[in-house]
Amino acid sequence: MVPLSFCGHELVPLAEGAIYWPLRNAILLADLHLEKASWFAKRGQMLPPYDSLETLQAVKAAIARTEAEEVWCLGDSFHDREGCERLAPEARALLESLTAQTDWTWITGNHDPGFVDTCGGTIADEAEVDGLVLRHEADPADPRPELSGHFHPKLRLRLRGRGVSRRCYVMSETKIILPAFGALTGGLDASSPPILRAVGGEATALVPTREKLLRFPLAA
Amino acid sequence: MSHLPASITDWFAARDWRLRRHQEEMIAAARAGEDALLVATTGAGKTLAGFLGSISDLIENPQDGLHTLYISPLKALAVDVQRNLLEPIGEMGLDIRVETRTGDTPSDRKLRQRQRPPQILLTTPESLSLLLSYPDAETMFAGLKAVIVDEVHAFAPTKRGDLLSLSLARLQHLAPGLRRTALSATVRDADLYRGWLSSDGDYEGVRLVEGEAGADPSIRILLPEDRVPWSGHSGRYAARQVMEEIAAHRLTLVFCNTRSLAELIFQDLWSENEEGLPIGIHHGSLSREARRKVEGAMAEGRLRGLVATASLDLGVDWGDVDLVIQMGAPKGSSRLLQRIGRANHRLDEASDAIIVPGNRFEYLEARAALDAVEQRELDADLWRPGALDVLAQHIMAVACAAPFDADALYAEVRTAAPYATLDRDTFDRTLSFIESGGYALRAYDRYKRITQGADGLWRVSHPRFAKQHRLNAGIIVDAPVLDVRFRNGRKLGTVEEYFASTLRPGDTFFFSGLSLEVEGVKDTDLFVKATAKPARIPTYVGARMPLSTNLANRVRTFLHDREEWRRFPADVQDWLEIQQQRSVLPAPDELLVETFPREGRHYMVAYSFEGWNAHQSLGMLITRRMETMGLSPIGFVSNDYALACYSLKPVEDPRPLFSADILEEELVEWIQTSHLLKRAFREVAVIGGLIERHVPGKRKTGRQVTFSTDLIYDVLRKYEPDHMLLSAAWEDAKGRLTDVGRLADLLDRAPRTMVHQQLDRISPLAVPVLVLIGREKVAMGTADDELLIEAESLAEEAMRLA
Repeated sequence: MVPLSFCGHELVPLAEGAIYWPLRNAILLADLHLEKASWFAKRGQMLPPYDSLETLQAVKAAIARTEAEEVWCLGDSFHDREGCERLAPEARALLESLTAQTDWTWITGNHDPGFVDTCGGTIADEAEVDGLVLRHEADPADPRPELSGHFHPKLRLRLRGRGVSRRCYVMSETKIILPAFGALTGGLDASSPPILRAVGGEATALVPTREKLLRFPLAA
Repeated sequence: MSHLPASITDWFAARDWRLRRHQEEMIAAARAGEDALLVATTGAGKTLAGFLGSISDLIENPQDGLHTLYISPLKALAVDVQRNLLEPIGEMGLDIRVETRTGDTPSDRKLRQRQRPPQILLTTPESLSLLLSYPDAETMFAGLKAVIVDEVHAFAPTKRGDLLSLSLARLQHLAPGLRRTALSATVRDADLYRGWLSSDGDYEGVRLVEGEAGADPSIRILLPEDRVPWSGHSGRYAARQVMEEIAAHRLTLVFCNTRSLAELIFQDLWSENEEGLPIGIHHGSLSREARRKVEGAMAEGRLRGLVATASLDLGVDWGDVDLVIQMGAPKGSSRLLQRIGRANHRLDEASDAIIVPGNRFEYLEARAALDAVEQRELDADLWRPGALDVLAQHIMAVACAAPFDADALYAEVRTAAPYATLDRDTFDRTLSFIESGGYALRAYDRYKRITQGADGLWRVSHPRFAKQHRLNAGIIVDAPVLDVRFRNGRKLGTVEEYFASTLRPGDTFFFSGLSLEVEGVKDTDLFVKATAKPARIPTYVGARMPLSTNLANRVRTFLHDREEWRRFPADVQDWLEIQQQRSVLPAPDELLVETFPREGRHYMVAYSFEGWNAHQSLGMLITRRMETMGLSPIGFVSNDYALACYSLKPVEDPRPLFSADILEEELVEWIQTSHLLKRAFREVAVIGGLIERHVPGKRKTGRQVTFSTDLIYDVLRKYEPDHMLLSAAWEDAKGRLTDVGRLADLLDRAPRTMVHQQLDRISPLAVPVLVLIGREKVAMGTADDELLIEAESLAEEAMRLA
């Protein structure tokens, strides 16, 4: 776990795709897209119904590893606003135990606007916490330090003729975009124009490994 | 011939033609209502033989509605036959309606064809499967009398063959009196194809009709200045001579084994084309318009030479070809024969063909192919049980047409030869997969695509699932591609996404016979402009044609049997002679492994002759094992004949590296984590209907894509490793891409047959494969020069006797 200094805050990007915030003993997660598979199943594409359980087990492990007491989900936590109601019993029980054991906040995103809470936690459109703005989609016009999700950034490189693709964080001077945490979420190239526009030009892709935090400059 | 209707006999007489024996036999089979397989070479009037039975029946018993279905694996072939069939029908003055139906047919015509079908419909396996998915299939096919399957040798043992076999079973159910006919090029074992065609699994119920053997082809090996180069695998060095042959003939087909090679050869020929003869290029990545244009030019006699790949392999009858040139080794005698058959469509004249070997092993392979052709020894086809993803697609098609009874459908499916041994449990799992994904966790019972009613019948739950099926059905799953376009929007063709991802603005590559410079990528378009700069090669993913075991065995025999060497050019003889002195030449049943140091690295070269696919897999496995043994492997390279691994530490004893347990330990681990299985999974997921294929123009761009099949694969493997789709993907990856069978045989033999030679430096036999290492290392641009320099120093060192 290698800490990072961001606008005077110490943050720790974790390899599994969450940010640990030591000051508040909190973790931040983006784009869980729970019940994405069942959303597609409803439309005739029967994706494996295990994505929510897989994602929530990863959340549980991240909480256990950091011993975080506070959880912020930065939007698109459910693939759609009815997602929460479709959770299978085992996944639902797991989510309820997680929201009960931590101080849990759902920030809403474009996929889950105004979803009704049936699994615990509180709901907010966005939040400002200790000087950091937490929202779903980055706002290029907002000068305040900001953490967001939405874009699912991925770093794609060709190394020795082999394509390598990893979930990554994209950081500029005042903004960090988190990778998608969900098990069935795809990705968008970190250097693609929508991401660079959102963070305002000069940016770095961050890929945490066990020993090191790798940094790849992204061309504006 | 008196038993034939007068309009047919008159037509033959007017042309001064006689009915050939096999044509008479085919008519006799048709009149007796027997299924029949016609095996004959190109130019035997095969297609007409297939149709004569239907034409005479339609003259004697005129009927409205669909009488005969003709099924061809190629869209273009169906169009071509329409031409060849319409002409005789027109000239005979018959009132028989013939139409074509493929994916390219306009939708208003498709609708009309269902409402008022022609008497003869020409179509593809995919389009037939779609026709069967409409509720009116039952009435449309009720009066069907005959099915003709053309080019059956080209696809019966593949997934498209599985799909067609299932569709035939369905047709037989709708029209029980249906007569099945198939037309095939010469194949090694015709009984296997009779079995495939049969409606009850008994091959003896299918009459075998054999065409007359044509004149023996005249094939030469082209050796400029009587020399064969050390390296390369394409015969590019012979461009000038090939151009001379083109100039000396009416129309020459130049076959290449890969698309990227075709592009290179075309460039080479163009730079030797001093007379400016009209030559063209044709391969599967070019846009449809580009291909149609070339095909048209060829048919009208405006072309003198055409560089082509397997895209022209099937017997499309365009133009007056009088020479076929095979660049590089032919890889199998059956394919060579079929390609050669494209020159000259008259039986009694010899087809003229030239093989241009790329290196000395390819020379031996070319020689072996010639011998095999002379002795009429063909390659064996690989048959496997019917694929489950295809079965899933078929069951959904059946459900879309009408409610069905599971027991009856199971019985019907088992009459399709590839599924003859399908057990009920697997059938039920496939059914449950279509119903709601087939998961142990019954999470989707609310969303079932098909439901069983109180009457016990299964039906589609909602019309949108039928619509979805028809949009996504099909057997060919392409890798994601980008369109190659000029700024003005003109489309040149497609390149695979992974290749496009290696390109940056300013990079250059050969495509469609042009040197192109990349301007940029936008959404799914790769924008380019023509450039005079030297270009690099497009590389395409895709399994290569493996060297057939038949030719491999012949090459092994050549190495060992000095009597044979007298037939070879002097430099090939020298090469073998010095190999014998410096190392050994293995006996046909021996596995020669050489180890030697070179420039600070240690090399191990195994001459296993199992084909590139098997060698690539073996290379992965052996370097893994070298890693665990602490030998610090750096890499490996392979061709069809040999595998070379290189490492920082020497391999003292190769035996432990070639042991059968490598298949159990390393192979399973490697396949499960590799790209290979994920690629296969994507394919079965699309064919099986788990996910929608990317419909061109409908693909999402920007923002996040819908989902990745790799992630689905990972989740499924973790939570339900026994799922039907995973087994299907495993079967695919195992059989198609890794040639595990050949590997297993090799490793099984290795302990008994290995001959290990420790050398102080490189051997002559090792040069052709080691030159490939240089190929990977050198930078683009000056690559050719560096390659030549390196090849030269390797050869000089190898041939030195002391």
